Amino acid sequence: MNERRITSLESIPAGTGARMIELRLSPAESQRLMEMGMTSGTTLTVLKRAPLGDPIEILVRGGHLSIRKTVAEAIIVEPIDGGASA
Amino acid sequence: MSATTRNEFAIPHIAIAGNPNSGKSTIFNALTGLRQKVSNYPGVTVEKHEGVLKLSESGDVDVIDLPGIYSLNPRSLDEVVAHDVLMGMRIDTPPPALIIAVVDASNLERNLFLTTQLLSLGRPVIVALNMMDICKSMGFELDVEELSRKLGVPVVPMTASRGEGFQELTAAVENMLLHPRSPDDVIELGEHASSAVADVAGALVKSGLVSEKSSAGEALRLICTENSLSRPRYASVAAELRPHVDAARERLKQNGLPWYAVEAEARYAFIDKLMSRIRTATNPTPDLSDRVDRWLTHPVGGPIALTLFILAIFISIFKLAPYPMDLIQEGFGLLAAWIIDVIPPGPLQSLLTEGVIAGVGGVMAFLPQIMLLFFFIAIMEDSGYTARAAFILDRVMGRVGLHGKAFIPLFSSFACAIPGVMAARMIDNEKDRLLTIMIAPLMCCAARWPVYLLVAGAVIPSITILGFIPLPALVLGSMVIFGVIAAIGVAAVFNRTILKGESTTLALELPRYRRPHIKTLLHVMWERSFLFVKKAGTVILAMSILMWALTNYPKAPETTTAEEQMKYSIAGRIGSVMEPVIKPIGFDWKIGVATLSSFVAREVFVSSMGTIYDVDTNDPAHMADLQSRLRREKDPETGKSFFTPLRGICIMLFFVLSMQCFSTMVVVRRETNSWKWMAFQWFYMTGLAWIVCFIVWQGGLLLGWR
Repeated sequence: MNERRITSLESIPAGTGARMIELRLSPAESQRLMEMGMTSGTTLTVLKRAPLGDPIEILVRGGHLSIRKTVAEAIIVEPIDGGASA
Repeated sequence: MSATTRNEFAIPHIAIAGNPNSGKSTIFNALTGLRQKVSNYPGVTVEKHEGVLKLSESGDVDVIDLPGIYSLNPRSLDEVVAHDVLMGMRIDTPPPALIIAVVDASNLERNLFLTTQLLSLGRPVIVALNMMDICKSMGFELDVEELSRKLGVPVVPMTASRGEGFQELTAAVENMLLHPRSPDDVIELGEHASSAVADVAGALVKSGLVSEKSSAGEALRLICTENSLSRPRYASVAAELRPHVDAARERLKQNGLPWYAVEAEARYAFIDKLMSRIRTATNPTPDLSDRVDRWLTHPVGGPIALTLFILAIFISIFKLAPYPMDLIQEGFGLLAAWIIDVIPPGPLQSLLTEGVIAGVGGVMAFLPQIMLLFFFIAIMEDSGYTARAAFILDRVMGRVGLHGKAFIPLFSSFACAIPGVMAARMIDNEKDRLLTIMIAPLMCCAARWPVYLLVAGAVIPSITILGFIPLPALVLGSMVIFGVIAAIGVAAVFNRTILKGESTTLALELPRYRRPHIKTLLHVMWERSFLFVKKAGTVILAMSILMWALTNYPKAPETTTAEEQMKYSIAGRIGSVMEPVIKPIGFDWKIGVATLSSFVAREVFVSSMGTIYDVDTNDPAHMADLQSRLRREKDPETGKSFFTPLRGICIMLFFVLSMQCFSTMVVVRRETNSWKWMAFQWFYMTGLAWIVCFIVWQGGLLLGWR
């Protein structure tokens, strides 16, 4: 459990939190998501998936956001311990 | 276009800024009451809401409700307008003397991003800390005084939906106008970022574009926003500023800071520190909003709830609307009877009764339905349900390049395309919105039903399929579905061609559920309906008169049958001239004229056919008379029945696809702010209608189905 387990937000199971590490998006797209609260180190909690599996609902700084799967794949995170084992 | 007079500049202007869903409009409505006007900012499709606030000492002040935004960085149209108004860069809007920053206390962290940006403008700011009740019920205690101290501006806690806090807000506004005090930006940048910003800010001040006080904030925005210098407003200074901005980005990059991230990281760093000082969690209660949401977005329950909700809307529209519709029609009928009484028979009487009243009355009869739709859309918007419907359907809509929220404008268009096109405003992305507007009129609106009922009843044999489905009903249903299929196809094509481009909606906010406010609902319904009546009213009146003139003049030499008079009129002649164009799709001049006249509203087709075939259609019971009259019509070429199933289907298909509605065109013109898009829509729809009918008619002839 020493190494950092880097993954994308898309692979985080519902009900679990993860720490934002990096946005692999264009500068304009990254800027927009950061303005909506996704700065580095922010905790992102995956709440649920839409009935058809896409988009997913996440909790960011107390606000609920819906993001498409393709965007979630570009959000690189580190799962938060404890949450991941639950 | 609203020209700004010297007088308008003389009274102070207040701008209300805030995130979407922060309760901005509620505050604006409460401050200005009914003293409001809605227009478009010149040249763009962003709506300008203005009103007047009466203050005891400062007198009247003008209040502008800016579009809801998450950030001041000018990228979307809404952001550009808000930014330019606040910076005093628009010639049509005076610079605000004061900014009211509306903040949702229950979503404080993310709302504070924009708030801290507003502090960088060098203008007095008052924070309206709204939704305090929800914040409390969530179990949070806020230290309002500390928040005010840290931001350096007055903070007024309020619950706008219950009318709490307005006295304090007005007092704070009055006080600030009398003793204006501009705050300083709270952002703390590192050494490299600060000097990079200072360099660009210096160049900005030198260029004369911005004041000293607002230069640092603007410089930061120029550095962090991609293509920031490409905006037309910066054209004159772009060459001068570009080296500075490039150098600043290069310097940040060398120090390991992505240039586009600097502002957001710094502002949220401040917000993180601030939040830990001002917010304490007390006794959190189970959240009703979350519990409701668990059902409304449930994998099974969600789609079921959505379907039931839409069914309920349609049932209530079709159950409720007929009463006021009948009243309106009766009213217009009485008016016509009165005119016949007082004005002797002749051109004037005919103009007023058959032209003005028949035309305007015909469209106004749809007003109750339009108003009800606006009302239901407002419920969905105000309660926060729109975003959930989008969440559930995003996958499906996304397939053809549509925004999840496009669903609501599109289903509204099943009753009437006008509220549908206007509701497309809820989509914040310009490209997604345009695509929705382009396909909305393909949905089967209520005005098409009378046409389908007349034609299907006349030409489709009333036999049953599988023992229980009447064939005419099956054909009707197919027409509705065909419209949807056409819309999907068109959306997929446009999305890959003329409306290509990345959709910029990266993240959609799912606001908390709220109990809709009846005052807000009525206000929205009234405002939207009034806009429609105002915009379309004059055009409908003019078109009704024009259509009347075209079908009545010139007068045939002596008393002739209605059909001969129609043939003699300009419309009849246009129909005859058009015959080479419409014959290949199975239309003769009579169908052509009736189609032409249905531009005022599609269902006018029925009464025009009635006029041409001399059957009174004022009474719905006479629909059957007209149908049997149509069935008796002989084809001069074959000697058999003229209105064959094939011809009938071509007529219906034409009505499915063609843009046959002036009112919708007027609304599309307003909502896209472009004659070009309006014309394009007419050409593609009517062109598509012609091509499809051509294929069906000619194909049918080849197969010997005539």
